[in-house]
Amino acid sequence: MNLILISLLTLLIVGALSAIILFFVSKKFEVFEDPRINVVEAALPLANCGACGFPGCRGFANACVKADTLENLICPVGGRPTMEKVAAILGKTAPEVSPLIAVVRCGGTCELRPRSNQYDGVSSCAIAHNLYGGETGCSWGCLGLGDCVVSCKFDAIYINPETLLPEVDEEKCTSCGACVKACPKLIIELRKKGPASHRIFVNCINEDKGAVSKKACSVSCIGCSKCSKECAFDAITIKNNLAYIDSEKCTLCGKCVDVCPTTAIVEINK
Amino acid sequence: MRTFKMGGIHPKENKLSAGKKAEIALIPTQAIIPLGHYLGAPSTALVAKGDLVKVGQMIGQASGFVSANVHSSVSGKVLKIDDYIDASGYKRPAVFIDVDGDEWLETIDRTNEIKRECMLSAAEIIKKIISAGIVGLGGATFPTHIKLLIPDGKKANVLVINGIECEPYLTCDHQLMLEKGEEILVGVSILMKAINVTRAIVGVENNKKDAISNLQKLAKSFSGIEIAPLQIKYPQGSEKQLVEATTGRQIPSGSLPLEVGAVVQNVATAYAVYEAVQKNKPLFERIITITGKSMMQQSNFWVRLGTPLANVVNQAGGIPDDTGKIVAGGPMMGRSLSTLEVAVAKGTAGVLFIPTFESARKKMQNCIRCAKCVTNCPMGLEPYLLMKQSENTMWTEMEINRVMDCIECGCCSFTCPSNRPLLDHIRFGKMTVGKIIRSRKNP
Amino acid sequence: MNKLIISPSPHVHSGDTISKNMRGVLTALMPAYLVGLYFFGLGALIVSLTAVLSCVLFEYLIQRYLFKEPITINDGSAALTGLLLAFNLPSNIPIWMIIIGALVSIGIGKMSFGGLGNNPLNPALVGRVFLLISFPVAMTSWPRPIPLNMNYTDAVTAATPLAALKGQFVEIPKTMDLFLGNMGGSIGEISALALLLGLAFLLIKKIITWHIPISILITVFVFTGILNLVNPELFFKPPMFHLLTGGLMLGSIFMATDYATSPMTTRGMLVYGVGIGIITVVIRIFGVYPEGVSFAILIMNAFTPLINNYIKPKRFGEAKK
Repeated sequence: MNLILISLLTLLIVGALSAIILFFVSKKFEVFEDPRINVVEAALPLANCGACGFPGCRGFANACVKADTLENLICPVGGRPTMEKVAAILGKTAPEVSPLIAVVRCGGTCELRPRSNQYDGVSSCAIAHNLYGGETGCSWGCLGLGDCVVSCKFDAIYINPETLLPEVDEEKCTSCGACVKACPKLIIELRKKGPASHRIFVNCINEDKGAVSKKACSVSCIGCSKCSKECAFDAITIKNNLAYIDSEKCTLCGKCVDVCPTTAIVEINK
Repeated sequence: MRTFKMGGIHPKENKLSAGKKAEIALIPTQAIIPLGHYLGAPSTALVAKGDLVKVGQMIGQASGFVSANVHSSVSGKVLKIDDYIDASGYKRPAVFIDVDGDEWLETIDRTNEIKRECMLSAAEIIKKIISAGIVGLGGATFPTHIKLLIPDGKKANVLVINGIECEPYLTCDHQLMLEKGEEILVGVSILMKAINVTRAIVGVENNKKDAISNLQKLAKSFSGIEIAPLQIKYPQGSEKQLVEATTGRQIPSGSLPLEVGAVVQNVATAYAVYEAVQKNKPLFERIITITGKSMMQQSNFWVRLGTPLANVVNQAGGIPDDTGKIVAGGPMMGRSLSTLEVAVAKGTAGVLFIPTFESARKKMQNCIRCAKCVTNCPMGLEPYLLMKQSENTMWTEMEINRVMDCIECGCCSFTCPSNRPLLDHIRFGKMTVGKIIRSRKNP
Repeated sequence: MNKLIISPSPHVHSGDTISKNMRGVLTALMPAYLVGLYFFGLGALIVSLTAVLSCVLFEYLIQRYLFKEPITINDGSAALTGLLLAFNLPSNIPIWMIIIGALVSIGIGKMSFGGLGNNPLNPALVGRVFLLISFPVAMTSWPRPIPLNMNYTDAVTAATPLAALKGQFVEIPKTMDLFLGNMGGSIGEISALALLLGLAFLLIKKIITWHIPISILITVFVFTGILNLVNPELFFKPPMFHLLTGGLMLGSIFMATDYATSPMTTRGMLVYGVGIGIITVVIRIFGVYPEGVSFAILIMNAFTPLINNYIKPKRFGEAKK
């Protein structure tokens, strides 16, 4: 009985002492932190993807609280709704952003771009890209080994087993840009999602001469510049045998799509 | 018998084409002469479309320090200067020449007579080597003259000549040592003069006994040249391993052989130096091996640079039916090709046809930590660890674990019982770490 | 012609495989196994077959139904674990205990860490030590060596020579008998000669390097030799006795050299070997158990990641000062 009492008392005293010490130490060394940071952080998607340019969502929240305006501070994952929430918390105004989406600019499916050899190294685009141009005659196009799939934190990109090309899930893509960085061929681009996801882009980045690229892939851009002549808004530029559509200027009229002889220009969700 | 100490492997030698006399390859109807080099900046073209060129005429001038002159290997008319798709599938600039006859520059001495006397000074020798566009013919194609220009404060005291040919299958250096032994030794003595040393060691692996005895017999009439038979072990032909095997000196990490007073050149380079200095013949021809287990005939060829590999292969009997993989160079470090429409370049040592059943890699399994990659690594690295770190993008740790020392010899992948692609990952990691180091130096 | 295959170099492979290595170790174990069969007869056969079969079966079941991954029982690693487990058991141990040992070896020692190559501790030893702690009596009453013994669980038992270290009176066989294996003990540990033959095979086939076994044996020899010289009264057994008795040979040649649980660098292997040697001697002479090889190996297994982290190989061109 005595033994139990003594042990209970000792534990009690030790516990109380520690609690007092902890209390004073925590008071003494307390670091002031703006409580709004926590609130803002809670409003963010908490994916910690780093696409905003800050180290994780907390870093972004911190920056939002400190900044005078929310200009240049955009959470690409949450987009406008999230920024509006953040703006409401902080009493600032949210910047206008148009939603972006990752676009894979290669249309060379198995049938359209025949394989001439078989890669047998590590299944990594980066390593294959270092070794050689790829399994097809086109050294610009998608290697299909899925570095973008690995890099995506949102399961938004996957390789279609029939075409061996990556496809982006429009619902899931948060335009964080991880796949853009992961692709060694620089095929993936963040583009304006467009009204109701309606968008037009050149589905090729091959800068070889027309004849060469046509031989390797039947849907390659051959740089014929029919589209740029057709475009009434100066949205299409031809550089290095390759057309590029500026999504800022493009009005989605769709004329370029009709004139393209190789169907390299695609229109989605018309 | 001497060799290097650390690691190393013994792949099956398979020197099928050993002792086959080097035949003269047919001159192609069109030559594609690359202006680019494996390392450094591409040369600037000196000719334009429609120009007539002769054999040995300079058509590309070195641009920048790590670059070399390029000469025409054929006579004819320049068709175009354009990009061509090289072995890797990427574009490189090249001069396309339609061949017409075989007219050589008059300055080239085409006789077979061997000229032993060389009265030129060191500076004049190096000047001739530069103008002949000679690069290291062991595979790395690093311009030879850079190694010969000893920077102030450094002193070379031995010239090491690489006659190892430790890659399985390849026999081109072997054949050269048999056929052009005396020329090689003259080239060696010219190189000795160029870097002002009195001692040269020619390292030859002991699987080339005929070449060793041939050179030893000839070397008696040259002063200061020692022929060193070395134990058979891959990768003895690597610069660092060769210097250790021949002189016992280990080159410190990140340094050149000159750090320990050695300059390394290949036997084929020594031969090219002989031809350039004594015969005024620039580098536009080399010996290559065409081999493979299923080839009807195994052969060595003298080939003009710029000849499409397909032409040479056809002359050697064509592609065997069961070919699964075509490799330019040896099986340990060579590049696999997707097409034979590739021009022979200065660094092409041979073409190897690997039958289908040996071509594909076996399925990768778990690392069982058997430590064979560590014990076989000739540089004392830990490949299993570097592979893991490369997969997990741990670049800082890779640098600490000395990934930059890796010579990409492939001993780790060769030896792994789980068929793990160690070198694939390490090579990628080394490249990434190299980029990080360079950006740190010049931000 | 098919499509050409493109891959980074090297384009040839040594042809070495996991199963070749495992088969090599199994072959190297055969001499010791034959000696075990000779001296312990039917019991040794039953124990070893049970151990091997149950290890392979447990690995199959776990891979098939728990992991749902490709079955790799053909690589021989489970069979090897089973045989090594049997080597560490007395030949009169009941079958159900062996099955528990095999389950612990494969289930806890190996598969719970992710299978071959990922286990931090030697699976066979995990099983053995589990049995030793759970069933101390059954695990330490070894049958007398009788050539071609046909008794299984009812064999006549005797202590091993090592028990002499703990003050028990045991008849100590002649050194020659110790060397050949004519003594009590676990199935595979008795014959130093047979185990050394196995070592020679492993070295010739380059399955292991000499560093681990030799460093363990030398450490034990030197350490016990010093103790013997310092105080021959207290530490009365000569070093040769320590080398030839108990599981030291088996442990140093086959258990400590297990690929997954030993260090990767030769320098690390030496540190590891010396560590095992010292711990073994300390347990044998000062500890409660007469035999300490299994514990020593398991303890050093646990140190292996640390050794790998801090002991780096000698790099090429490292400054010689």
